[in-house]
Amino acid sequence: MPQYHQFDALVVGAGGAGLMAALHASRSVKTAVISKLYPTRSHTGTAQGGISAALGNLEEDHWEWHAYDTIKGGDFLCDQDAVEIMCREAIDAVIELEHMGLPFDRTPDGRIAQRRFGGHTNNITKKPVMRACHAADRTGHMILQTLYQQCIKQNVTFFDEFQVVDVLVENGACNGVVAVELATGEIHVFHSKATLIATGGFGKMWKVTSNAHSLTGDLPAALLRRGLPLEDMEFFQFHPTGIYKLGILLSEAARGEGAVFINGKGERFMARYMPTLKDLAPRDICSRCIYQEIREGRGIDGKDYVYLDFRPEVINRYFEEDGNPKRVDAHYLEQKLPDIIEFARVYLGVDPITQPVPIQPTAHYAMGGIPTTNDAEVLADETGRIVEGLYAAGEVACVSVHGANRLGTNSLVDLVVFGKRGGIRMAEYAKQASFRPINRDAAAKEGAAQLERIRNSNGTERPSAIRKELQALMDDKVGVYRTGAGLEEAIDHIRDLQARYQRIRIDDKGYKWNTDLMEAWELGNLLELAEVTAYSALWRQESRGAHYREDYPQRDDVNFLKHSMVWKNGRLEVRSKPVRITRYAPEERKY
Amino acid sequence: MKITLKIKRFNPEVDKKPHWESYTVEVEPTDRVLDALHEVKWTQDGTLALRRSCAHGICGSDAMRINGRNMLACKALIKDVAKDGVITVEPILGLPVVKDLIVDMEPFFAHYRAIMPYLVNNDPPPERERLQSPEDRARYDDTTKCILCACCTTSCPSFWARGEYVGPAAIVQAHRFIFDSRDQAGEERLRILSEPDGVWRCRTVFNCTEACPRGIQVTKAIGEVKEALRTGVIR
Ligand SMILES: Cc1cc2nc3c(=O)[nH]c(=O)nc-3n(C[C@H](O)[C@H](O)[C@H](O)COP(=O)(O)OP(=O)(O)OC[C@H]3O[C@@H](n4cnc5c(N)ncnc54)[C@H](O)[C@@H]3O)c2cc1C
Ligand code: SF4
Ligand code: SF4
Ligand code: FES
Repeated sequence: MPQYHQFDALVVGAGGAGLMAALHASRSVKTAVISKLYPTRSHTGTAQGGISAALGNLEEDHWEWHAYDTIKGGDFLCDQDAVEIMCREAIDAVIELEHMGLPFDRTPDGRIAQRRFGGHTNNITKKPVMRACHAADRTGHMILQTLYQQCIKQNVTFFDEFQVVDVLVENGACNGVVAVELATGEIHVFHSKATLIATGGFGKMWKVTSNAHSLTGDLPAALLRRGLPLEDMEFFQFHPTGIYKLGILLSEAARGEGAVFINGKGERFMARYMPTLKDLAPRDICSRCIYQEIREGRGIDGKDYVYLDFRPEVINRYFEEDGNPKRVDAHYLEQKLPDIIEFARVYLGVDPITQPVPIQPTAHYAMGGIPTTNDAEVLADETGRIVEGLYAAGEVACVSVHGANRLGTNSLVDLVVFGKRGGIRMAEYAKQASFRPINRDAAAKEGAAQLERIRNSNGTERPSAIRKELQALMDDKVGVYRTGAGLEEAIDHIRDLQARYQRIRIDDKGYKWNTDLMEAWELGNLLELAEVTAYSALWRQESRGAHYREDYPQRDDVNFLKHSMVWKNGRLEVRSKPVRITRYAPEERKY
Repeated sequence: MKITLKIKRFNPEVDKKPHWESYTVEVEPTDRVLDALHEVKWTQDGTLALRRSCAHGICGSDAMRINGRNMLACKALIKDVAKDGVITVEPILGLPVVKDLIVDMEPFFAHYRAIMPYLVNNDPPPERERLQSPEDRARYDDTTKCILCACCTTSCPSFWARGEYVGPAAIVQAHRFIFDSRDQAGEERLRILSEPDGVWRCRTVFNCTEACPRGIQVTKAIGEVKEALRTGVIR
């Protein structure tokens, strides 16, 4: 017998977006949060560098500048009304976090400290602006902790270590979710009026990634199976500074504090490509420039990596060259970047204070995801029709505020702004709606069947082998550089892996804490999302932001200034919808 | 290199009591213990159960006892822990084992919730941020780093002896708020920590500080809380 629960509002995911939504929804309706990880384990906790808001605490700044930078950074694929909302509300959101107790670093006069970050500029001088509010290099940790603390204070209900396996979408409306309690293996049906999905990214389809093992796209895959579309899946950001081979992120905050890229010839090569912003150009551009250097033989010792150099004397030399009066020393860097300095020491055995750090681009952030309105309502199609009672926010959603390439610090802004809007909107809806009837037993059975199929599958394929092959394939063919032929090969290969996935075998047939089973189930989700990612990438015959097609190296506003929406009902289908433009006309992207 | 992992196993659906199993895996010296555990799980025995997520020491999921010392498996490198090619791995002590390396964390989190782990400030919030000088901010910086991994509490002899003791992690979390100039509930937290199962159970053995993967001066923080209780002054 499945267990049954009823809540007005359900939030799936306990990262920044989910907790923000839960805090706001639970003020007025009966709310529960379901999370496969204990909340403080969520990947928001790993965010390092900062959260942007045009507070202007250290120099002139305006939310309109933040909006323009975001749109330009997104290569003009952002929906501009959404960006304006985000950048305007970012200011209050950061203040709200401070009032909740977030320990931001401080300016000498006690206000929230801000630092420079890639692509964030003074729109008049075009120079970097200090906009990223931060708590050392553990800003995400502090946001996650603070929001969770507030949830404890407010007595929010949590179902920790419950993994959602199905979303009850029927006749254009959502009535809740089906989850498995990891400790027991029991199936639970959660019946709700409003459900908000905040399950974060899905970078585990790549091998070299900054993403956690848990980021497997369970919910977007569940929605695909339920016949709903995903938006802009071809846009996945490769962050330029992952630790060589491991992919662990070294925040852009390092470059915000003055670090530079250095090639095998000892050159600060970004100055050649982007003369104004240099090392603080947006991520898509930096990642391509790194590979350009490597391809032309200027990697370190001719190999496939370059250096991120943040030795104080190097930083100061380039500050001087750039006419920046600021100077740093080892003590200052240890204060501002303690965690990433430690990562390099622990995982590479390299001390960034005295040695340059080997880095390579790492799969980092999903710009695409579940399509939503500006109030986090999930869209059913390209015409703007919504799925009643279903919401999404955070990295899993595509509003779209990040367009073709997200600027650093803008995800945390997205989480708190749209998490809050979603939480408020779902509560308003739940207050006036009534529960739609559901068939609990059928719902539970369908959810459980997905798991039983894997438990009972008696094939010969090891899920881990399939996952490894998928990750290598995605790094190789669906990475920073793409070609039509390569993407076609990738799709064929993924389908082959999907076929093999039907013949898997797992070792653990039990119910309690069966992580063997759940990992295998998650692999199925990664395979679905990999297929739609490659398929959308094949559809977009242009280069824009993070999506670079060597066979179509130009941006093509005539044919592709539009969002993709991909469905998988039997076969894949891509449709499109226009980009909403308010006041910032598309222009060539120069920095 | 080849190493042998000796893992303490317990499957509640099969076993009456825990037992040891050994696995030999091929790893790089610079790999994490977590990588080695994954190698076992993914290529030899899928039934091995453990928690993990971020794989770089930030989420706090994978505290375990490695060669007798509490560490995060994702932050312990093979070359630093292997002794003659052998690494022993067992669940952290003092919390009920659920399966293999997974323990029931609820008693740990109950202690955490008990110390009011949230900012209390009943003044109407200003229009903009509350001001805090860099010095006041620095006062509690160390304890803001805590990731609730439980390495400290489950290495503490006082906690092993008595599970009701709030434990170092909860005291660290209390410290983070008691010494935050914006907070107004310091005295209430001190009152909670002055109870018999509060801060006085700490015998200053320093296990906790050694175990903390975030390098937090746990014993020092506990000392500062004791000092505040003794003098009645928070500073
Ligand atoms: C290393 C790193 C550094 C970063 N630094 C920055 C930065 O400085 N600034 C910035 O703006 N952005 C940064 N980002 C990006 C940003 O951190 C993420 O995009 C953001 O935190 C995602 O938050 P979220 O709330 O959407 O999801 P997450 O925090 O990932 O949370 C997802 C939640 O969903 C739950 N979940 C998932 N699947 C299921 C399921 N099937 N059932 C139940 N629950 C489920 C999980 O348990 C978890 O609670 C960084 C990212 C990384 C990886
Ligand atoms: S110092 Fe106190 S809290 Fe830490 S291990 Fe020793 S007794 Fe336990
Ligand atoms: S104080 Fe250190 S060891 Fe203890 S829970 Fe926090 S991070 Fe872990
Ligand atoms: S897996 Fe996150 S701390 Fe080890």
